[in-house]
Order: sequence, then C-alpha cells, then structure tokens
Amino acid sequence: MRLDPRVSQAVIISALWALTGFTLLILIVIIVNISVEGLPRVSWTFLTQPPHDMGRSGGIFSTVVATAYITFLAIVVATPLGVGTAIYLTEYTRESWLTRIIRFGAECLAGVPSIILGLFGFVLFVLKLGFGWSVLSGGLTLAIMVLPIIIRTSEEAIKAVPEEYRVVCYSLGLSQWQTIAKIVLPSALPGITTGVMLSVGRSLGETAVLLFTAGAALRTPVSLFDSGRTMAVHFYILAREGISLPNAYATAAVLMFSILGINLAAYGLMQRLMRRFS
Amino acid sequence: MTSKGIERLLLVLALSSVGSLALITFFIFWEGLPLILGTGPGDFLFSTHWAPTKGRFGIGAMIVSSVVVTLGALVLGVPLGLACAIVLAEFAPKRLKQVLKPTLELLAGIPSVVYGFLGVLWLVPLIREHLGGPGLSLLAAAVILGIMILPTIISISIDSLSAVPDLYRDGSLALGATRWQTVQRVVLPAARSGIITAIILGMGRAVGETMAVIMVAGNALKLPTSLLDPVRTLTSNIALELGYASGRHREALFATGVVLFVIIMILNLTAAAVTRRR
Amino acid sequence: MEQPPKIRIDGLSFWYKDFQALDRVSLAIRANEIFGLMGPAKSGKSTLLKVLNRLCDLLPEARLEGKAYLDDLDLLAPDTDVVSLRRRVGLVLSKPTPLPRSIYENLVLAPRLAGRPHKELPALAEEALKAARLWDEVKDRLHDSALRLSGGQQQRLCLARTLAMQPEVILLDEPTSGLDPISTAKIEETLFQLKSRYTIILVSNNTKQIARATDRTAFLLMGRLIEVGETSQVFTVPRDQRTDDYISGRFG
Repeated sequence: MRLDPRVSQAVIISALWALTGFTLLILIVIIVNISVEGLPRVSWTFLTQPPHDMGRSGGIFSTVVATAYITFLAIVVATPLGVGTAIYLTEYTRESWLTRIIRFGAECLAGVPSIILGLFGFVLFVLKLGFGWSVLSGGLTLAIMVLPIIIRTSEEAIKAVPEEYRVVCYSLGLSQWQTIAKIVLPSALPGITTGVMLSVGRSLGETAVLLFTAGAALRTPVSLFDSGRTMAVHFYILAREGISLPNAYATAAVLMFSILGINLAAYGLMQRLMRRFS
Repeated sequence: MTSKGIERLLLVLALSSVGSLALITFFIFWEGLPLILGTGPGDFLFSTHWAPTKGRFGIGAMIVSSVVVTLGALVLGVPLGLACAIVLAEFAPKRLKQVLKPTLELLAGIPSVVYGFLGVLWLVPLIREHLGGPGLSLLAAAVILGIMILPTIISISIDSLSAVPDLYRDGSLALGATRWQTVQRVVLPAARSGIITAIILGMGRAVGETMAVIMVAGNALKLPTSLLDPVRTLTSNIALELGYASGRHREALFATGVVLFVIIMILNLTAAAVTRRR
Repeated sequence: MEQPPKIRIDGLSFWYKDFQALDRVSLAIRANEIFGLMGPAKSGKSTLLKVLNRLCDLLPEARLEGKAYLDDLDLLAPDTDVVSLRRRVGLVLSKPTPLPRSIYENLVLAPRLAGRPHKELPALAEEALKAARLWDEVKDRLHDSALRLSGGQQQRLCLARTLAMQPEVILLDEPTSGLDPISTAKIEETLFQLKSRYTIILVSNNTKQIARATDRTAFLLMGRLIEVGETSQVFTVPRDQRTDDYISGRFG
C-alpha cells in the first residue's frame, strides 16, 4: 500500500523540524549550562586577580592579558596581509592563473587543522627562529590561521563597493591608489571590520595552536618573548587536569560569552552592510 | 610611491597565504618524512605498535581510529545538519529563518575545548552507565565531533539550497508535486554538489579536530574492536606527546602530521574539484 | 580668423572585444561652445566621451585606432599622463553618483589631491556650487552626507564637483536622463552660463534637449559620424536622410 503523498510529507516535515529543534536544544543546553554554572563566579575580581595555586583559586587576570596580547599581535600581522591580498585580487589583477593560485592557497590554508599549524609554529617559530614558547610565536601562528578569514571577508567587502565610485574617482583625476585609499577602502571598512572581529573570535577559542607555540606559563606576559597562557588553554588545563571545576566553568563562561558577543556583533554589522548596498 | 611600486608591494602581500601554505608543507614534510622513509612507509602506516621509547613507530591503530571516529561523526552530523539546512532553506518562514540561521551559526563560535569539557561531564558518564566500558570512547568522540561539524554542514548546505532557482520549485509544484516531493526530487538533486562539498569539508573538520577528541576519546594505544573502546586519533597522538618528545620521537609526531596533512589536502582538493564542477 | 579647435579627433575607431563601437570618426570641437552628440542607443556617443578622458583604459579587451588631440596634447599616446589629462577633461555621468561623503568632501576631494592649498578649498567649493546653482539649497548643510540630496540636487552636485576641479573641457553623458523637467531646466541653464569658461560636450538621446542647449551638433549612428553642423542647421535642414529620420522620431 502506498502512503498518500500528503501524509508522508507531513510525517517527513515534522521529523525534519524535530531534528532542527534537537540541534537548537543542544546549543541552548550548552549555553544555559555554562551560564548557570559559570557566570555566578565571574566578577570584576575574578577578571582582575591573578590565578593562585595553578588556578585552583584566584582569578584569570594573567590569561586575559595573554589572550589579548596574542590576539592583538595576530590581528596586527594578519590584517595588512589579508587586506593587501584582497586589494590585489580585486583591484589590480584580472582573473588569471596567479589569482587562482592565490585564492586556492587561501582556501587550503583555511582547511589546515590547528594541530598542523601548531606543529608548524612549533618547529619554525619556537625552535628554528628561537622565539621559544612565547607571545610572538603564538601570535604569528594565529595570524596564519586567521589570514584566510580576513582575505575572504575583505574581498567580499571590496567587491561590494559600487563600480561607479571608481569611475567617478578616476574621472576626477584620482590615481588608482588614491581611489582605493580615499574611497574604496573607507567604503569597505565595515566589511573588513567584520572579518577582523570574526578573526578575534576564532583566536579567542583556539587551543591546539597555542599549546605548542605560546606555552602555558601562568605569569603575566610582558615581553613578546614571554610565554603566555591564554584563557582557552587555561580552561583546557583546569578541566583536563581536574584542578578546579568551578574555576573551569567560570573561565568557560568568560571565554564563550566574549566569543559569542563578538560573533553576534560581527553578524549584526554584516547585516547592516548588506542592507546598505542592496 | 609609484603605481607599479604599490602593485608590486600588494603582490608580495597577496603571496602571503600561498607562501604560508608552502612553508607549512615544507616544514611538516622536512621534519616528518625522514622517519617515514627510515621506518618504511608500510611499517609506519600499517603497524599498530607505537612505543617511542623502544623505537617502534606504527600509527595503524590511530589511522583506523581517526577514520572510524570521522565516519561516526558523519553518521550523526550529516542527517542532523541536512535536516536543519532543509528546514531553514525550504520550510521555515522568512522571519524565523533570519533568527535561526545566526543562532545555529553560534555553534561554530563555541570553542572546541568547551565541547570536550561538556562531553566529559555529560556524555562520558552517560555512555559508561548505560552502554558499559570506560565511557571515554570512540563513540563519545564521534558524537562530540558530529555536533562540532554541524555549523560547517548547515551553512554550506543552506547556501547551495538557496542557490537553486525558484523556477525549479515552481515548475515542480505546478505539476502537482507536494512541497516535500519537490525538495526531494528537484531541489536536493540540484544542490547535490554543494551538499557533497559541505560533507567533505565537515569530514575535514572532524579529521583535524584535536582538543575535544583528546578530552573524550580515552587515548588508548590499541586497535579499537568496539564503539565503546577508548581510542587515540592522529591529532590527539601529536598533541598528547609533542610537549615532551624529542629526537626520533618528535620526528615520529611530525610524521603523524604528514599523514594527517595529506588526508586533509586530499579532502580539500576533492571539495574544490566538486565545487568547480558545478 | 578661425581659432584652432580645442579638441580634434582624427579617424577614431574603437572596439570592445569584437564589437566595433566607433568607426573612423573625425570631429573638431571649438573652445567655449556647447557641442551636442546625439544618436540612438549603442551609437557610440558614450564611448567617444570615455575615449576623451581615457576612462576607456579601464575596459579590458578594448582596442582603438586613430588620433585625438586636446590643444596640442596627443590624448591617446601611451605616455600621456592620464591623471593630469582627467583633471583637464571632466566627466559627469548619466546616473547621479555622489561619493558616500559629505557634500563638501565631494567637492574638494579632487582639488585637494591635486595639491591645491587647503585655505583655497572652501572658496573653491562655494564657487563651484554657485556655478552649478546649488549653493542656496545646500549652503547650510555642506557637511551633511551627499547621499541625502534629491536626485536633481545630486546631479548638480556632480556637475559642481567637476567644476571644482577647474577643468578645461566638461563631458556630460546624458546628465538629465533620470531627472524631472525642473531639474533638467536648471542644469541646462547652468550649462549655458558655463560655456564662456569651458568647452562642453553634451551627450543626449533627447533630441529636444540637444536642439535647446547646444551650439553645434553631431549625429552618430552605429559608430559612424553621419552629420555635423550648426545645431539650427542640423535640426532645420539636415543634409542626411537618416538625421532627418532620427530627429523627427522615426527611429531610435
């Protein structure tokens, strides 16, 4: 006996909705659990006190500093490289074997797992260049990790700048570089900012890369050559070595809400941008 | 600066991603390949005997574990992810879609260490009590990875479903097909290559994931015989031992990286080829 | 005593890939006249403008033959400084295209980058706005976004922006195609007052506008120059049957 197509449709669509609901439920449970268990312990003192006794007590100040330091370095290195790549691809060349190679390289780089990047950063920056486990090694390796994100978002942002702006600038006697610097880049800035924010979010959550390039020292890093333990690495060590479940939860809450906040803001910015150009 | 000078500078910046990829490839192979050739590729790849202190380097068990864990993740992640994508692209009202899509993308922002942590707290005890074994297991890793690859599968699938022209849907509905029949016979086949790309990239994400797997998989050095056995994947092998390895042992970890890198590159190239054929 | 022409075009041909947009066009345009270019769509009018300020350089796979001179400058020579040429030959596009900046920034962008002293810029902006008959409408909100102006105001701002660059020649590519009759009239009046100081080339597919606003007119059809002469003569006693057909609305 064949089922009426309407009946089978109703069954299947209900099942699909149920699966979607289940996925949402997973997300909600994760966020609610981390909030309930972690947020009550998060306070100004928790953020500004250095950790004591391997993180069993005290706050997470040194890891906040290390996270900010390493992320900042990664962004400062990756943004000019990524935006420069995007400008080159969109404004200076036509499609050719060279642009295909550059795009393919960025695509492949995006697929390289973080443990491989960690291995690479470890051998090149930590060992061969002698930077040791340090903010510098960690920041440079993270820069490579976020480079594809910045390239992709900047390229899209620059492509979205209306072609007439360029024609107008040229007809006003602006050189190609003046056109890019004065009009194209400022118009693409919100999109580029979105990419930078997504890169910050990605950097905050990264662990595997930093474990082997930045190390896990709990001191507050000052010099570029100091080792630094980021929040994500700190959380991993707290959780894995069973040092302190409450502090692990609290660190996870800080980490997760920073990332979600940044990603939401980036998403909001992107939506506004798309409305403006459409 | 002259216009030619700017163009050259931008070209140099644009070569950063390809250059990084080349450097990564070079260093991973430079450090790892000698050991593979020294041990003999057959022995290295197929032996399940890993005893660095005794100079035995066989990663057969880890390859099998990585493959099985990844397939397990796909068994969970693909139906769940596709269901979400189909619901969002085809059945959800526009308003709801605008809320649900960014919400589900938040899953991608949750750091992998948080997934691992919650896996240890909830999933591992659940498995231990209801299914037996140590709980830290292949199954636990597969479930956690299945959830972690959802954002990749959902977002790429949604894009490819949305790219199917409405004309196709209207044509099918006009012939008296139900909405589900339209999705099943017209929309899904038309979006096939995008969905395949989504699955392959999800696979790459699962193979390459490290921190969450270390936390829930148990990391035992033997060939798994059941889903409840603890396993060690290629990625966890590197991350677990890199901190203290030296000499031939460290080379063996880079050799593990070579195998991982090759697998990832094959997946990336396949995904690129599938996308291009479209 | 005949003055030498401001712009001289000799046997100019232009191809986009395989499509020939201009076919051996020769024209002389005098200083301080409003010269009209009319013809149906794809007749080559806009292409001719793009050649005159070398915007055609931006088109991939385009090719040209022939010569063009601005005074004694060989416009099309590969070593001509395109940037300084474009400062001498301004272009106003058919669609109003203010840049996403303030009204004032739109006006002073080009002069500032051309190295004009900063203290001259406000006066320059005011003069350009007055010449484009926009000053009274915007003088109190020079630092508002230019995107908030109405379509007609935006187009006069684009004209003012070109004037602020102090070019010698102004090219107008269907500048009133999207505007209402009042805005159109304002722009036409402005052009009339500007011709004492500039050489103006006005492209339009509105034959009435050409008849109203220009001193001399050329008619282009499928990339060829069909007829050129005093506007009054072209519109009353055209020498070519095709010109007659066009201006009396039988095609195009």
